[in-house]
Amino acid sequence: MNMMSEAAVEKALDQKMNTVPFKMIGKDVSVYYGEKRALFDVNLNVRENTVTALIGPSGCGKSTFLRTLNRMNDTIDSCRVTGKITLDDGDIYDPSIDVVELRARVGMVFQKPNPFPKSIYENVTYGPKIHGLARTKAELDQVVESSLQKAGLWNEVKDRLHESGTGLSGGQQQRLCIARAVAVSPEVILMDEPCSALDPIATAKVEELIHELRTNYTIVIVTHSMQQAARVSQRTAMFHLGNLVEENDTDKMFTNPDDQRTQDYIMGRFG
Amino acid sequence: MTDMTSSVQSTFVRPAQARRDIGIKKRYAAERRFKAYGLTAILIGLFFLFVLLWTVVSKGYTAFQQTAITLPIEFSEKIIDPKNERGANPTKLMTANYPLLVRDALVKALGIDPANKPLVKQATDMVSASARTQLRDLVVANPAIIGTTATVSLLAEGNIDSANKGQIDLTVAEANRKVKDQQIEWMKTLSETGAMAKQFNTGLFTYGASSRPEAAGIGVAALGSLYMMLIVLVLALPIGVAASIYLEEFAPKNRLTDLIEVNINNLAAVPSIVYGLLGLSIFINFAGMPRSAAVVGGLVLTLMTLPTIIIATRAALKAVPPSIRSAALGLGASKMQTIFHHVLPLAMPGVLTGTIIGLAHALGETAPLLLIGMVAFVVDYPGSPMDPSTALPVQIYMWANEAERAFVERTSGAIMILLVFLVVMNLGAILLRRRFERRW
Ligand SMILES: Nc1ncnc2c1ncn2[C@@H]1O[C@H](COP(=O)(O)OP(=O)(O)O)[C@@H](O)[C@H]1O
Ligand SMILES: [Mg+2]
Repeated sequence: MNMMSEAAVEKALDQKMNTVPFKMIGKDVSVYYGEKRALFDVNLNVRENTVTALIGPSGCGKSTFLRTLNRMNDTIDSCRVTGKITLDDGDIYDPSIDVVELRARVGMVFQKPNPFPKSIYENVTYGPKIHGLARTKAELDQVVESSLQKAGLWNEVKDRLHESGTGLSGGQQQRLCIARAVAVSPEVILMDEPCSALDPIATAKVEELIHELRTNYTIVIVTHSMQQAARVSQRTAMFHLGNLVEENDTDKMFTNPDDQRTQDYIMGRFG
Repeated sequence: MTDMTSSVQSTFVRPAQARRDIGIKKRYAAERRFKAYGLTAILIGLFFLFVLLWTVVSKGYTAFQQTAITLPIEFSEKIIDPKNERGANPTKLMTANYPLLVRDALVKALGIDPANKPLVKQATDMVSASARTQLRDLVVANPAIIGTTATVSLLAEGNIDSANKGQIDLTVAEANRKVKDQQIEWMKTLSETGAMAKQFNTGLFTYGASSRPEAAGIGVAALGSLYMMLIVLVLALPIGVAASIYLEEFAPKNRLTDLIEVNINNLAAVPSIVYGLLGLSIFINFAGMPRSAAVVGGLVLTLMTLPTIIIATRAALKAVPPSIRSAALGLGASKMQTIFHHVLPLAMPGVLTGTIIGLAHALGETAPLLLIGMVAFVVDYPGSPMDPSTALPVQIYMWANEAERAFVERTSGAIMILLVFLVVMNLGAILLRRRFERRW
């Protein structure tokens, strides 16, 4: 696999993935949509300051698992989650947990770029405003600049902060969505196929960005692109028909997986 | 260039005989036929629209003019207040014999022998009986006018007005005619001296009900309609939007909410007269609200408009892409914040369009108002929605039942005014939609 070369060198520096502490722990997570069961007792842990990629064929439950991590499944009426998920040792499904606060700590970026049909500035400040993180104009300006910097968008949009966010190109829109998520200073960022609607150049930019964000955030990314998983992640989890098949260091996963199904999937035999 | 084209053609076009006959000619013919049907349908529609507008406008445009007779009126103290009692008893000015002033002015202007009673009567018949109130109001407002002579523009009587507009057939025998030969004669003289002239009919917009067409206007009815529209707007918009938001965003999806949904859709199709019956039994008979009052009309029209607004609002809320909701929820916004910060603003054009169309519907509604007694002869402006009033379409309905020529043109004139209101409202709806064009 030639795509490994550069990434592999870098990952070699990240040695001993196994010693990195867990940020989120999923234990026996099952999800039901009405009668239909979409996840079967998934045990998957997310390590701190690591990019974890979720791969697997369509409909295997990657997005479903991702959404359990910030309780976005709560917004689907028929959806029921069992098992236990913790964030820094706190059970996120505990009745005492406020989902608003949880989502401030676990941000999300969606498949299709979905900026609000408002100005770039308002897109970024919306989160900080509703969470009371920034109130004065100066604070908001500061948040906008730093978030857009982190999302690598500042130089492109600094002169048109008050133009509509929907007027940007697809890739810029997605980076705006990342800036919007970053603006509330989350600890974990969930990304559901963030590049699937983008062209290769925009994809490369977002991947680079994910790479940089890793130093400050824990990232879980769903992707249908094996190459992307190999490029951006340190850990990879493979799902199949609602089961977690294998979870391993990304290098190992793509060179010498433990499970035959992973091997088959990576070789393109199904999916 | 030519070479290239031909070589390309020879490469890519399959030989004719290899092609199956899939009836391409037939398909194009069918398309052309369908276009022709559509065009015919539109032309028929336009034709009838044109006929409708033409009948209304051709009959009604004259209603916006009114013949007036301008005469120097001598406010003689002898006639108004012969015993000089107005200081002690101001009501004296209210009951004075003002028509006498008009008679004297006419006698002078036309040079009639005051002793010739029938002739004098023919002359005074040319001026509207509303001259009495007009002169009275002048004197009451400014008692100093007594003893002076002032030029006053008096309304011509309805038939004289029609004759002046050329709407009365003068070939009919004089006995069968509302306007006599002598009056025609005088009209000519008055017109020549400039005393009789057509003016813009402001009275049409300001007067209330009157049995004399020249003194009848839509003022009271328009105010009644305005009160009702305000009531509908103030009640139906918030209630409708709140109900839609609850049903669309919060209500559990179960049998009960399905039933409610079906019922709302059915309510939108219920004949409006049924709402009138409902209003009659609930608001008037049960709650004891006044009959003929704009408040009851407003409430009935609110009930009638609610389903329209709810349906439009729900459709608008549904049309907001789920990705916007996810974006807000994913940032930690509560459901309320998501709805009020993002979903509702995006749905607003649809909500407003629905509301305006509902209002326009309500503005033109007549049947339920007849049932709650708004078909009344109301002369005075309603001071509040609790006072008796009528509505624009009801006024049209009442005028349409009158026989006089002058009422016929006023009926069409009022229809034109109503149509202008409706067109303005619908234009407003279109502009709003343009203004807030979907931005995602
Ligand atoms: N909102 C939903 N309601 C019902 N079933 C759903 C819903 N979302 C996903 N599913 C089902 O759950 C399974 C997993 O879906 P998903 O997590 O979206 O898969 P992936 O993201 O891996 O393609 C699929 O079988 C899908 O049909
Ligand atoms: Mg998915």
